[in-house]
Amino acid sequence: MRVTVTVNGTSESHDVETRMLLVHYLREVRGLTGTNIGCDTTSCGACTVLMNGESVKSCTVLAAQADGEEVTTIEAMAAPDGTLHPIQEAFREHHALQCGFCTPGMVMAVASFLDEHPTPTEAEVREGLEGNLCRCTGYHNIVQAVLAVAHSTELVP
Amino acid sequence: MSTAVAEGTATTGVVGTRMRRREDPALLSGESRFVHDLVVPGALHMVVVRSPHAHARVVSVDLSAASGMPGVVAAFSGADLAEEWATPMPCAWPVTPDMQSPAHLPVAVAEACYVGDAVAVVLAGTQAQAQDAAGEVAVVFEALPAAVDLEDAASDRVLAHADATSNRAYTWELTPDPDAVQRAFDGAAVTVKERYVQQRLIPAAMETRGVCVVPQPFGGEYVVYSATQIPHILRTMLGITAGVAEERIRVVAPAVGGGFGSKLDVYAEELLCLVLARRLRKPVRWSEERSEAALATIHGRGQIQEIELAADADGRVQAVRVHLLADMGAYMQLVTPGVPLLGAFLYHGTYDVPNYSFSCTGVFTNKTPTDAYRGAGRPEATYAIERAMDALARKIGADPAEVRRRNFIGADKFPYTSAAGLVFDSGNYEAALAAALELVDYEGLRAEQARRRAEGETRLLGVGLSSYVEMCGLAPSRVLASLNYVAGGWETATVRMLPTGKVQVVTGATPHGQGHETSWSMIVADKLGVSPEDVDVLHSDTAVSPLGLDTYGSRSLSVGGTAIALAADRLVDKARLLAAHRLEVAPEDLELSGGQFSVRGSPQSTVALGALAFEAFTAHDLPEGMEPNLEASCTYDPTNFTFPFGTHAAVVEVDTETGKVDLVRYAAVDDCGNQINPLIVDGQVHGGIAQGVAQALFEEASYDEDGTLLTTTFTDYLVPAASELPSFTLGRTVTPSPSNPLGVKGIGEAGTIASTPAVVNAVVDALSHLGVGDIAMPVSPERVWRSMGAAAPGTGGGR
Repeated sequence: MRVTVTVNGTSESHDVETRMLLVHYLREVRGLTGTNIGCDTTSCGACTVLMNGESVKSCTVLAAQADGEEVTTIEAMAAPDGTLHPIQEAFREHHALQCGFCTPGMVMAVASFLDEHPTPTEAEVREGLEGNLCRCTGYHNIVQAVLAVAHSTELVP
Repeated sequence: MSTAVAEGTATTGVVGTRMRRREDPALLSGESRFVHDLVVPGALHMVVVRSPHAHARVVSVDLSAASGMPGVVAAFSGADLAEEWATPMPCAWPVTPDMQSPAHLPVAVAEACYVGDAVAVVLAGTQAQAQDAAGEVAVVFEALPAAVDLEDAASDRVLAHADATSNRAYTWELTPDPDAVQRAFDGAAVTVKERYVQQRLIPAAMETRGVCVVPQPFGGEYVVYSATQIPHILRTMLGITAGVAEERIRVVAPAVGGGFGSKLDVYAEELLCLVLARRLRKPVRWSEERSEAALATIHGRGQIQEIELAADADGRVQAVRVHLLADMGAYMQLVTPGVPLLGAFLYHGTYDVPNYSFSCTGVFTNKTPTDAYRGAGRPEATYAIERAMDALARKIGADPAEVRRRNFIGADKFPYTSAAGLVFDSGNYEAALAAALELVDYEGLRAEQARRRAEGETRLLGVGLSSYVEMCGLAPSRVLASLNYVAGGWETATVRMLPTGKVQVVTGATPHGQGHETSWSMIVADKLGVSPEDVDVLHSDTAVSPLGLDTYGSRSLSVGGTAIALAADRLVDKARLLAAHRLEVAPEDLELSGGQFSVRGSPQSTVALGALAFEAFTAHDLPEGMEPNLEASCTYDPTNFTFPFGTHAAVVEVDTETGKVDLVRYAAVDDCGNQINPLIVDGQVHGGIAQGVAQALFEEASYDEDGTLLTTTFTDYLVPAASELPSFTLGRTVTPSPSNPLGVKGIGEAGTIASTPAVVNAVVDALSHLGVGDIAMPVSPERVWRSMGAAAPGTGGGR
């Protein structure tokens, strides 16, 4: 079937298999490999992207379901000049990543979470990110980074 | 020498500072390329057909239907590929001369020995085509009885390999003076005998494994991209096993998404991609699925431990005696048999115990092979001794902290020669314990615990301690030889200054999340007086870094980092000779500071290192006999392990009505000697704690009685999320290691080693007044609830 998806501001149309998942569409058809696949049961959140501004696990969405929608991936978070997004910057500042495999999905989940909870408590951050697994950091620094972004006056996510 | 909660030792320079990681921007922006991300035109996608039986004869493999499926290029059974292998798959650690190790082929030919054992492969143009076709491979199995339970397997009631005579692979003993151990037990005022089960764990790095082999038929080389911790070891082993000349293989580990030991191996799929690329003369790639990873990537732990302590009436331990059964799984992977040995010397923990006895029997079962998983042997040892010390404390009615204090190896006893035969480099265990108790407010917690008990509250409080020491920085090659390991423990480094004054560091260490590029650049920046931004770090490609022994066992800094520091020193030595030539002074009259050599006493007479690099490059005016270029190498073989230590304190609340355990506070004081980058040290400790907590409370690779793995997804295998963990309070003491010039010790595994017993001790502590002395891991609500009922009916679990 033919789908037209706006990804990171660019609209393209492609013929895809009806069974193709959004994550495979992003990685294989659009060549955006920043979105990773960490499981096959929608448990880990590594493939999290924004669809119309809200986080979705792109392994649980068919490419067909994204037809006509707007998708944002990790590749669009930094500014064109390479300036990191405040969330990315906070992750670096607080050493909130190690191997970095969960990181793109985690950053996208944080973006969506902060949109809905601009000034969260630590407990809210922990609950809000429970759909994203990280095996390296023990989450401590991820939580610190999210709280820092949320409670910073200069950084507007 | 210790200083409490200090950070680093540097007075100038960047070493010791919390420098932000240079690795991060590429990882944060999605730019980094993992194996799964590599675009390789024309690559065939391999899917592996696996045995659904724990143990079965492979009667027949019919590939005809699969071969006719759309896009399928080839399909092979184990028999079809039998001629591809020069040798069976490698095990590098035959721990005893008589160790049994059944031949392990990447694809089983006649007998499948665990659920997940490969029985066929299918190659097609796309992943989906290969998957569809794999479903059409018709394998006829004849099911055989399976050896599943470890103790049952040890009895040889059922054999894990049909043609074996026993499941017992080896027995390895460390008993320097058995009579003295027996005398200590005969004369002991108090003895403790405990049995603990180290459940199997699934490492679950967030990136599953992936391989892509690109043959260059006319160049004769194979480029192997693999999500591996060990490109160098892998290259050698691929060459030996597949019968390919080693120099024809180039292994590249691109961005690697975590390992924790699970990528410290030589896997069937790596070998398969290589021989199929050779056979088909096309690139072959394989991407592991998560549920496949649960079966096809090694598991960790899997031991039954029996530990006995003999103590005097005050709880001073006079002897430790340990017997282990260790679950090898179905086959020996790269270092499977050696994992228990990495803990074998450490079952007396941080305590000054004069008599020691250890034995371990490795046993085959029809389950996924086990191998090194974060800590490898040392978490198991630490768990046993730290749980047993709490049992001892309860038996003599003493506070667990006090029992530890009475038994610690004193700070004045280092270097300390242990009864097990190690020389512990440096330590101050009491200082770390004191700092941890203060950090967690131990006295306050004890008061609150007593209050809740007295008032009959249903949310009980428990505090658990774990004072650990571990041996890491693998390893002195001669020691490895004495343990029958077939390789050495050195590491290589090259430091070169390019004509423009920029610096390249080449290392044999292979990071997969540890931030090596940042740390190595910091070490070299300070050595040379340049900015860390001017130091590039090259790694993880055998064409760039031809020799190395890779990353595992918390070795990268103490071995690889030392090699880098020494190579940088050698570069400076050469530059000094050139500077002396240029300034017409004696080399010993020069001092290096801020990247400039200056003459002592006449500071206006200087030459910059960068200028010397250009002169060494042009080679127009070098001293007689000096070779061009500023470059130096070092292969460093450590003289000893390093022995990081510390005390962790876990605080739990246990709901007596539901059995639910909440980890509410966690304080960790670790001592890894000097720190290059405390920010990175913190991260290693955080992640390590989380993995150890996961073993204590959540994770278990569960098998049913037929040997089917029940926990193949993240919905069954409970890797903790942020919502299940608290923030961690970290402290540090700094006791430099005298064994290496940087004074550093490893920190990659310490958190995992320490945290598991701290958490379980905390749960038992919460319930100890009810008579609870042990709860099996993972400490699930059901197990907690049942333990209360079993310990004291009517006081907790019966309600």
